[in-house]
Amino acid sequence: MMQLNVNTAADAARNSAFAPKTLAQLGRGESGVLDHLDLPDDIARRLMELGFLPGQEIVPARSAPGGGPRVYRVDGSEVALRRETASRLILRSISKGDNRKT
Amino acid sequence: MSDCHDCGNCAVVAGPLPAGRSSARSHVVAIIGPPNSGKSTLFNRLTGLRQKVANFPGVTVEQRVGRARTRGVREVILVDLPGVYSLNPRSEDEQVTRDVLAGEMPGIPKPDAVLLILDCTNLGRHLVLAAPILALKLPTLVILNMADDLASRGGKVDTAELAMQLGAPVALISAAKGQGVEKVFQFMEGTAGGTAPLSAPKVELPVLRDIPKCRQWAQQVGYGAAYRAPAPPLWTRRLDAIFLHPVAGIAIFAVVVAAVFQTIFSLAKPIMDGLQALIETSGHWIEGALPDSVIRSLLVDGVWHGVGSVIVFLPQILLLFLFIGILEDSGYLARAALIADRSMAKFGLQGKSFIPLLSAYACAVPAIMATRTIESKRDRLATILIAPLMTCSARLPVYTLIIAAFIPQHPLLGPLLGTQAGALLGLYVLGFAAAIVTAKVLKSSVLKSERTPFVLEMPPYRMPTLRSLGIRLYDRSKIFLHRAGTVILTVAIVLWVLLHLPLHNGKAPEIGQSFAGMIGHAAEPVIKPLGFNWKIGIGLISSLAAREVIVGTLGTIYSVEGTEDSAGLRHALQNELSPGGAVALLIFFAFAMQCMSTVAVVRRETGGWKWPAIQFVYMTFLAYVCALATNEVVGSGVLKVIARL
Repeated sequence: MMQLNVNTAADAARNSAFAPKTLAQLGRGESGVLDHLDLPDDIARRLMELGFLPGQEIVPARSAPGGGPRVYRVDGSEVALRRETASRLILRSISKGDNRKT
Repeated sequence: MSDCHDCGNCAVVAGPLPAGRSSARSHVVAIIGPPNSGKSTLFNRLTGLRQKVANFPGVTVEQRVGRARTRGVREVILVDLPGVYSLNPRSEDEQVTRDVLAGEMPGIPKPDAVLLILDCTNLGRHLVLAAPILALKLPTLVILNMADDLASRGGKVDTAELAMQLGAPVALISAAKGQGVEKVFQFMEGTAGGTAPLSAPKVELPVLRDIPKCRQWAQQVGYGAAYRAPAPPLWTRRLDAIFLHPVAGIAIFAVVVAAVFQTIFSLAKPIMDGLQALIETSGHWIEGALPDSVIRSLLVDGVWHGVGSVIVFLPQILLLFLFIGILEDSGYLARAALIADRSMAKFGLQGKSFIPLLSAYACAVPAIMATRTIESKRDRLATILIAPLMTCSARLPVYTLIIAAFIPQHPLLGPLLGTQAGALLGLYVLGFAAAIVTAKVLKSSVLKSERTPFVLEMPPYRMPTLRSLGIRLYDRSKIFLHRAGTVILTVAIVLWVLLHLPLHNGKAPEIGQSFAGMIGHAAEPVIKPLGFNWKIGIGLISSLAAREVIVGTLGTIYSVEGTEDSAGLRHALQNELSPGGAVALLIFFAFAMQCMSTVAVVRRETGGWKWPAIQFVYMTFLAYVCALATNEVVGSGVLKVIARL
């Protein structure tokens, strides 16, 4: 209860089923539902026009060779985002805990 | 008078348009659609070769206008608008689209009708654009493109029901295959004839600023029209598994680039040799047909050899544009941008800079105009400043000439790459290296900025059509030949005059004593350290207008001098330049900003003389210093030593 072993924020997010997950944390083939976009208004609107709307299901696909931007399947099309942008797209927490497929 | 069809309660507004607006002038139809909806394919399909490319007044957005061949009485002018997702004016593209549709773009009359083209394999999202367009209350045809894809992937849509939902006619077509295009012509004939079908939409239009609301509206409309989305594009996913594979993806990227360069060299050579022979034979024929006079000398030595020596390179330039066209139309270019993003980020740029930079391999002018897709002002300026360092097609004639004259042909990597193609590839890499180092310097100093997000839609792979590739090549040939007929012709005539004056005892002087010779001799002290003599100096000065002019200039000089034998310019150059000077000349052309069109477009895009001036001085300085160093190193015999090893 003294919380001496304070995890880093990233660890906390990874370990806790309740902490909000970001799009960047999804593995290939997993899916997530977008909750909100933590981005400046003009960039958020641009992404929303491309289909990144709250409530939409997003599935990560391939990334560029060598760890470049990743392609995401959203609303019938495929859009590439850098990791730094994907980590600002916050997903809805799933009440069932884990949505991983095996 | 209202010839309302038997459609009950759908209030069809059909009648003559206001007379003052439509009778006197041509019928103007705007084509609008999201990126990757097949807008340009439809535009090409409707206009064929009757189109021209210009810029919208005052802005950098490219404007394509063409005439459609309708069977109607009046001609129909088609305006191709930039690809946009909405009409909320945030980018220059969206501003232009909005202004044209509102009739607020100077020089362009308010459109009489709109063709809204949407990709029906992704209708849910593309229909969002229908809301702001229908709100304009212009006669609109909603075109659902890619009908063949929709059918083959098991999707469907009820077009009659969709027309009811939207209150506008709907046509299901395939622009690439030409299916259903006659419906578009029928619509234009109808609106040109004064009938404008427009009824109230069944589903009320949403608040346009609210994107989620617009998307919901599109969903509802699609649902009402029994829209079933097609299965995912399996072929695209299979191809992505190869082209974006961690190992194979990068290997394919490298092979594609190498193959393009090798083909440009080996495939173009026989065609170019044939063209060269044709120009020489016809030159001799003209010479024989005309009496010996000043006019004959001007025509044969000045015009024919000057312009002819540049026209020879048309096949090679067309091959380069053909490859860029195939890469772009097939959808591979977007993957290339994705692969390039990580590397571009290291130099402070982003994957989106890759597309303008790749088109700069063809020509810096459209490349600089293409930078407008980059949202960040500083990234955009950095891309503009480095674009002219990429090896544009105007350098190709210079490179080809000098490489063919000085670099012996040996196999380098088996049949895939020879030494000549290797040298050419090396020059391309050199230009690219100079560009990215410059970008790094700029982005870590004067143009430092936050990293901007990289957002790029991946279009499905498609087979490029011969029609669209053909139109691209036709456009390029027209531009190239137009330049050959104006800039290069003018330089050739002026040069001929400078080579023939002042008269000595009523006769043309020796080249060394002519005005051109005097200019060359005056420049010699500056360029001698680079290994160039005064004749090359004349070429360098004339190439300030455009790079390829030097080839024409040298063609004229050697033709006037009479040293041109059957082996032509190549042979003459071998006597004129040392190996050091030849390589130095290649390096000089790799870096120098010898192009007035580029200077002009940079001035326009950056809104002043400051950046083009800095760019010109920087590139000329870089060219001079590197050429000087090259001449010193190669001249000192380092290469001979290497060759012996």
